[in-house]
Amino acid sequence: MTNCQPASTSPALEAQGIVKQFIRPGQSSPVTALSGVSLTVRTGSLTAIIGPDGAGKTTFMRLVCGLLKSDAGSLSVLGMDVASHPQAVQDHIGYMPQEFGLYEDLSVQENLDLYANLHAVPQAVRQERFKKLLDLTGLSPFTKRMAGKLSGGMKQKLGLACTLVSMPPLLLLDEPTVGVDPLSRRELWQILDTLSASGSLTILVATAYLEEAEHCHDVYILHKGHILAQGAPDTLCHYAQGRCYVVRPPENVPPRLIQAALIDETEAVADAVPEGGAVRFSLTPQASLKDLALPGLTVTAVPARLEDSFMSLLRQQEPSLPSHYSRPDMTAAKRVETGRKIIEVRDIVRRFGDFIAVNHTSFSVYEGEIFGLLGPNGAGKSTTFRMLCGLLPVSSGQISVAGVNLRTARAQARAHIGYVAQKFSLYTTLSVEENLRFFGSAYGLRGRRLDQRIEAVIEEFDLSGFRHMPAGSLPGGYKQRLSMAAALLHEPPILFLDEPTSGIDPLARRLFWRQITDLSAKGTTIIVTTHFMEEAEYCDRIMIQDRGQLIAIGTPSAIRKQGGNSPTMNDAFIHIVESGRHHQEVSS
Amino acid sequence: MNLHRFLALCHKEFCQMLRDPSSFLIGIVIPLMLIILMGSGLSLDVKDLPVAVALEDSSPTARSTLHFLDGSPYFSPHYVSSISEAAALMDARQADAIIVIPPDFTDRLEQGHATVQVLLYGIDATTANAANTYISSGFQAWQAAWAKSHGAASRTGTITLVSRQWFNDANTSSWMFIPGLIVIVMTLVGVFLTSLVMAREWERGTLESLFVTPVRPLEIIAAKMIPYFCIALVGLVLCLVAAYYGYGVPMHGSLALILLSSIEYIFVAIGMGLTISSLTKNQFLACQMALVVSLLPTIMLSGFLFDLRSVPTAIAVIGHVLPATYYMELMKSLFLAGTTGPLVIKDCAILGAYAVFFVFLSLRVTKKGVA
Repeated sequence: MTNCQPASTSPALEAQGIVKQFIRPGQSSPVTALSGVSLTVRTGSLTAIIGPDGAGKTTFMRLVCGLLKSDAGSLSVLGMDVASHPQAVQDHIGYMPQEFGLYEDLSVQENLDLYANLHAVPQAVRQERFKKLLDLTGLSPFTKRMAGKLSGGMKQKLGLACTLVSMPPLLLLDEPTVGVDPLSRRELWQILDTLSASGSLTILVATAYLEEAEHCHDVYILHKGHILAQGAPDTLCHYAQGRCYVVRPPENVPPRLIQAALIDETEAVADAVPEGGAVRFSLTPQASLKDLALPGLTVTAVPARLEDSFMSLLRQQEPSLPSHYSRPDMTAAKRVETGRKIIEVRDIVRRFGDFIAVNHTSFSVYEGEIFGLLGPNGAGKSTTFRMLCGLLPVSSGQISVAGVNLRTARAQARAHIGYVAQKFSLYTTLSVEENLRFFGSAYGLRGRRLDQRIEAVIEEFDLSGFRHMPAGSLPGGYKQRLSMAAALLHEPPILFLDEPTSGIDPLARRLFWRQITDLSAKGTTIIVTTHFMEEAEYCDRIMIQDRGQLIAIGTPSAIRKQGGNSPTMNDAFIHIVESGRHHQEVSS
Repeated sequence: MNLHRFLALCHKEFCQMLRDPSSFLIGIVIPLMLIILMGSGLSLDVKDLPVAVALEDSSPTARSTLHFLDGSPYFSPHYVSSISEAAALMDARQADAIIVIPPDFTDRLEQGHATVQVLLYGIDATTANAANTYISSGFQAWQAAWAKSHGAASRTGTITLVSRQWFNDANTSSWMFIPGLIVIVMTLVGVFLTSLVMAREWERGTLESLFVTPVRPLEIIAAKMIPYFCIALVGLVLCLVAAYYGYGVPMHGSLALILLSSIEYIFVAIGMGLTISSLTKNQFLACQMALVVSLLPTIMLSGFLFDLRSVPTAIAVIGHVLPATYYMELMKSLFLAGTTGPLVIKDCAILGAYAVFFVFLSLRVTKKGVA
């Protein structure tokens, strides 16, 4: 993207060598959130801080707002020193924290009025400004609705409108699109693009979504409190230029097997992801294509994207250990839809009062499949998921799991399933082994069998080094491994995973999917919900719901085709949901 | 402090409070329930009260004065011949009251100035008071009958009841249940409701957005005080009405002073609640803290249940640290004794100082920052 800002204006924000440490109760050494971050936001620019969870993005944003005090370094915002004049800075900037504090028991208009009053927006310009913001965010029809009753995406838009009501020269957004579905995400970015194009507003946005950075003028990549790289998105892409390839798997072989084989080559491959029915991968700087064994497969060089550079940079920071998985069989054909139906759902309905969360839905899951549940917020995927694992009774319809009717024999059906909740739900004060022992006993395992299973899952999930550590002190990715280990103790044929990859960094996400591929290869049926659309590519089949209706089901390539032959799952998803809604509106 | 911002925040707080059913519940319904439940608990009759009668004069006349004891559902009398025997019964907790008919009772009755001593087991103040009331009305009934048969002009047959509470001599608290209840209700409304409000904003993340606006902490705190002050005031009026009209508790002191001291105490309670809320930043923790530092001590240590003059010194010292103790003292004195003068001035001054202290403290602990 070209920069058309005059170079003479002073920067809207300038940070020099910012250090911030936190003292955590019960820990002797402080945790360093930011170690020497220097960053400049040019006036009128749209700048992004990109980094995985825990990189220090929120800490930095709070420092800029004067809600935290830095331990070292200098920070000037709109020409004011934040440390000495926090209130002056707060008077002038707009800040939207990760969870914008909307008052849920106030209406859309009341929330806007409150912020307009707090910022003393003159009455003369108020109506015009409200109208402009409501039109921009598409909230005009909902001014009387309570903020608590808005959807996730609408809440974020209202948050943005409240932040903008004072027309601040500098807007700070902390992960504005987290937990927002792809449609609303795209709309939010359209708003930000419009705002930025007007030229009067400087925007600093923190995000974990790499593709969002491509909207920005300047990008800073933050990882564990350090700036790894900075520059325009195009410049940053160059880092991985010439090292990116796409490999197409043979007919009927799931891309995830090729992806797993590639990602196991930790010396040569920086990153590999299934994409568009193929596998996109990038090499490490020292490797060449010859180092890879890809017998008989076509490899095409492709231009680098920001994500390739990002993953490459991350991989250099954290060289991963050699893989301990057995090499996947790259010729194993995909299971066709003739296998045994392990889950059968017939015409289920779930109502909450008047609200129909899931409306007459039928589908089946075949043995050994990886089955993905996708949908915007409030689409009904969590409700469907909970009904499948017997946590929520159906209002009507039939579900059978491993041949057992969930309505009549829920406990029996549960013996066949393992369940990993979205939130870490093990005992944080018990050690890894104690947790496993407890959950094993809860599943009815005893004596030598229990011991054997504990040893087996500890080995499988590489937890031996943490055996005696309290579960609460495990690093993020390992907590999730422990959750999975606990869910698999009783060797269930079916594993349910609810949003397993939200809140973990991209490297841990790759590892997670590597484990899923391995489990699937061993015959476990896996049902997974995710809001990362690209993760649908790991699945054998996916199902998309919207407003309680099943609107698409099939293999990733079939879904992409249905989604207007979109190159990415994200676009396909948006296309399918939009045309589904259009269809609904026309027919009603 | 900017008036426009303050009013905007105030309006927001009112909206939130009125739309939140829990504030209505804690502010209005629970006080009413407390008043009705605990207030009617006070008027419960005492049945089968064990009474030891030391009949040191066993003449038929003396015996006839005690007929009201026999066959009454309220008493279960036990006749002995000396005070020491009766005292032994009370020590053994087999008597809650002792009626002493002195040896010269009949003679003095003829002369018109007989005395009967009533000794009450004063630890259980409610029972002691009820017993005293019943016994004195029993003797009054006998006197009325005597006067009827001897002519109204007769100067004879007057019995003076001398009652004393044993073990808790100065106890006069039981009648002060209702004024004490008002203190409890004000604590409940003031501390509990407000202890939740800042914590709720922390939990929902609304405070972070609010901080990065021109708003000052003073405005946030002040705007939170006003609505909850109003709801506490409504609770207070309900309590006063229930006390005065519902239970007929006398209001000897000035209403203005009662209101003044209550308003002072409401500020104490709100300041305390907001301080707890700002410090804990968590609704559950705030609720627990409010319970432990305000409501429980107010019930146990402020002189509501136990008179602070009859508890061990250490407890009395703790009790005198509580602002509720002074409010309790004020309410009791103003309601029942109509006291004016140094005690009221002193307590009002102490409460006022506490109010300033807690309001100031709540401001000090509310800082713009998320650490």
